Amino acid sequence: MAAPELTDESVAVSTSEAGPAPKKGRRSYSVLSRSDKRTITAMVGVPTALHIMFVWIPAIATIGLSFTNWNGFKFSSMKWVGLRNYRQLLTVFEKDFYEALFNNFWVLLFLFVIATPIGVLVAYLLDKNLKGTAVYQSLLYLPVVLSLAVVGFIWKSVVYSPRQGLLNTLLGRTAEGNQIDWLGDSDNIIPLLGGYGLSKNFLAMIVPMIWQHVGYVMVLYLAGLKSVDPTLREASAIDGASEWQAFRRVIMPSLRPVNVVIMVITVITALRIYDIIAVLNNPNGTDVLSVLVTDNISGESSSIGRGSAYATVLLLLCFGFVIWYLRNAFREELE
Amino acid sequence: MSAVAGDGQITKKRNVYLAQIFLVVLVALWMVPLVGMVVSSFRPLADTNANGIFSWPDSLTMNNFQGAWERGNMPRHWLVTGIVVVPALILVLFFSSMVAFAVSRYSWKFNLSLLMLFTAGNLLPPQTMIQPLFQIYRRIPLPEIPLISDTGEMRGSLIGLILIHVAFQSGFCTFVLSNYMKTLPKELNEAAQVDGASMWRQYWQIIMPLTRPALAALATLEFSWIYNDFFWAVVLIQKGDNLPITSSLQNLSGQFFTDDNLVAAGSLLVALPTILVYLILRRQFIGGLAVGASKG
Repeated sequence: MAAPELTDESVAVSTSEAGPAPKKGRRSYSVLSRSDKRTITAMVGVPTALHIMFVWIPAIATIGLSFTNWNGFKFSSMKWVGLRNYRQLLTVFEKDFYEALFNNFWVLLFLFVIATPIGVLVAYLLDKNLKGTAVYQSLLYLPVVLSLAVVGFIWKSVVYSPRQGLLNTLLGRTAEGNQIDWLGDSDNIIPLLGGYGLSKNFLAMIVPMIWQHVGYVMVLYLAGLKSVDPTLREASAIDGASEWQAFRRVIMPSLRPVNVVIMVITVITALRIYDIIAVLNNPNGTDVLSVLVTDNISGESSSIGRGSAYATVLLLLCFGFVIWYLRNAFREELE
Repeated sequence: MSAVAGDGQITKKRNVYLAQIFLVVLVALWMVPLVGMVVSSFRPLADTNANGIFSWPDSLTMNNFQGAWERGNMPRHWLVTGIVVVPALILVLFFSSMVAFAVSRYSWKFNLSLLMLFTAGNLLPPQTMIQPLFQIYRRIPLPEIPLISDTGEMRGSLIGLILIHVAFQSGFCTFVLSNYMKTLPKELNEAAQVDGASMWRQYWQIIMPLTRPALAALATLEFSWIYNDFFWAVVLIQKGDNLPITSSLQNLSGQFFTDDNLVAAGSLLVALPTILVYLILRRQFIGGLAVGASKG
């Protein structure tokens, strides 16, 4: 790694040993003894092999499989079909595909427009060390430590239950025949062209996602705020900047790295969303891309090629954001 | 929010007041589902069905917990959870700390590429790798061991589940640990080298003890992530009996009739370990996340 940190001390310490003194702050690999080289190769090799074998090879193989037709049994039955799976996504399975794309988009939109600003605002207020800050922070973060599957069950039984849930109780709609089925109503609440849109039951599943995401953003942003140079704030206060101006012009820009992390994590969260949809599964209107992928893993009507095509779309959608994240996280090293 | 120097004092007081009101209301709102879960899990279904969850209880009962415990076959699923989470947690910290040690303490050609590979791997949605992984897993034979690998192959075995957790989570851990290890003084290794300490001793006896705070933070975070996993288990474990507790919760949600209070009690039981770990080790928990983010 290019880390040109020349430290005199390190050279001084290491020159006392026989062998070439490394000029870099970190010792270079070439000066190591043979047994140390073997040790470090094993230390890096085993975890890296595992990671590549189970994460990267499958991720790349997904792209390859998306161009094939295969039942998953004999390799000889695998047929190269070119772009046929993708053509089918846009024709035969158009409804599933677009519906899922829209749903992933809705998740992203709501996390982005509602959850993220609330999280940022809360972080900003908690950063002022008001009375009770520790309690507020602990409680708002509580949803984040729960599995999204468990979150789904909690909301289903407490908030959305038709007979005794919070919403129907508040609305006085708990009587048999008069109940609102929050998780079963697939009518669109925001209709778009061609029958697509945001269905009511999908919106009901997005709300718990927001509930969880706020705490996550809050913690990430709070960590960023703690690292802001306090003299920046003092300077802008002396200059007579209003609180909003100081936040918008001084604090926000200095938090660019954290903003990138939050944006990328929000996008990836929206793309990988699965658990809560799987446990609150309703037949209509609530599929997302990840559900379409898993629907096609095994079983009668599944198609590995098509499932991989859905997964490849997912991969393409997050690719740019992963790169953005890396460039941000390793900005110093990359320069 | 006019904070012009003159009337600053009064506006400031008013703002603090408004901020407090906002936070109290928000937190109260946020706690409603959790409070509802606790309350309904202690009440008979007939009572809540008649009066709603948020009403004064006539009587309290432990029946929901007992029902969830038995109908959810929870002892079995807790056992599976333990068998998966403990080794996965130890292995992921062990593996990622070794890689982090190598890339942060020594410089060689592929340091940065390797670190980026791990970091990026953890950002990919698991669904982008599940199709080939499933096919790979069904082709790796394992000796048949009851519970651990009773399918005789990687697919459906707890070993397979442990390994994917280790492989996938090592991305995030390597990133966080290497950032932490970079901050340790570089002279440590050199001094050790002078004393003739082997590479392994430098890792295990010098760097690892100093990395303890970061390891503790990651351990709490990773515990909750592996414990909370739903996706890998549901797809890779085929036999309902061998599902870890989080993914087994589905058993409580019958297709036609659902006892909401039973589901609430089950959710509470499943959520309890992560909530407890969080409440006890809150600082580490939040610290781990912050370390990962503020560098990134």
